[in-house]
Amino acid sequence: MSVTPYIVLSSILFTIGCVGVLTRRNAIVVFMCVELMLNASNLALVAFARQHGNLDGQIAAFFVMVVAAAEVVVGLAIIMTIFRTRRSASVDDASLLKY
Amino acid sequence: MTAFWVLAPIMVIAALGILFVRKAVHAALLLAVVMISLAVLYAALDAPFLFAVQIIVYTGAILMLFLFVLMLVGVDASDSVVETIRGQRVMAVVAGLLLGLVLVTGVGQISLGAGVGLADANSGGNIQALATILFSRYVFAFETTSALLITAAVGAMVLAHRERLVPKPTQASLAAQRLRDYQDKGTHPGPLPPPGVFARHNAVDTPALLPDGTASEASVSRVLAARGTVRSAPALADDIEELQRQIGDAPHAGRTGSASAEEENL
Repeated sequence: MSVTPYIVLSSILFTIGCVGVLTRRNAIVVFMCVELMLNASNLALVAFARQHGNLDGQIAAFFVMVVAAAEVVVGLAIIMTIFRTRRSASVDDASLLKY
Repeated sequence: MTAFWVLAPIMVIAALGILFVRKAVHAALLLAVVMISLAVLYAALDAPFLFAVQIIVYTGAILMLFLFVLMLVGVDASDSVVETIRGQRVMAVVAGLLLGLVLVTGVGQISLGAGVGLADANSGGNIQALATILFSRYVFAFETTSALLITAAVGAMVLAHRERLVPKPTQASLAAQRLRDYQDKGTHPGPLPPPGVFARHNAVDTPALLPDGTASEASVSRVLAARGTVRSAPALADDIEELQRQIGDAPHAGRTGSASAEEENL
């Protein structure tokens, strides 16, 4: 069984996540798109682990999941703090560093 | 491969849906579809441990966290369609299409061959094999993960913490404030009157009647008054004569007839 279709699917999902990060305005949806990209890379790691016949890829995917969990916790807390002070979850409103 | 060809279109459609739906809750649910399908693909790729972790960590914990924050932020905080940078959306879509084209053609052109397969590596069980690698070759990365998780937990607590700016009101201070209001503004210090209780209607939207027969404004919630859904208490008595006419009993015809009629109805 060739894993090429899995890698192609992973690339497509990664691209969709990229476009989502660039086009969406709601900070939470942008965050979801980042998660989608992480998941797509995980799929590639697991597929290549099968291709090469060793489990290092699965370990890497496992670490990606752990880092993603920690990242989501801190990221959502930051979004909450911004929403509390600025009453908005839009990425365009957090632009104080621009001025 | 059957699972793959069934799930791949579903995943791509759900992922595209995240780009186009207006409400963030719908995006979260579509992301759940993608993640559960990914878990099934992991199972198909001989990774049963990652299958479970994907379901528990991603779909169970991370997505619930997303939904929780959406609830706190407000579900109606939907996207604005205004572009701050002109033409950014079109440029982003073009760049995304180019990236996808490069990735898909690049990956599609290399021939990976049949692949080794994980039957050898998984011979003693997938979880046992993963544990052997995790606690030998990757043990330092594993220990670092604990520091990362503790940092994340402390960071989330610090970010979510809110300093109290005014002292917490106590029962004594509230009582003192109530009496001060009575002294300064004449506000009634006791509890507000309850809503009216009548024989035919006792919901909170009926005002209580004052001794002179007028409705007491303080006895209904201000929200109901603002919405204009407060009932008029005297109107509840308006159709009494109509009802008496319907049961064919004049008001002064004596109680025996109507009492026996009621007993028959019972």
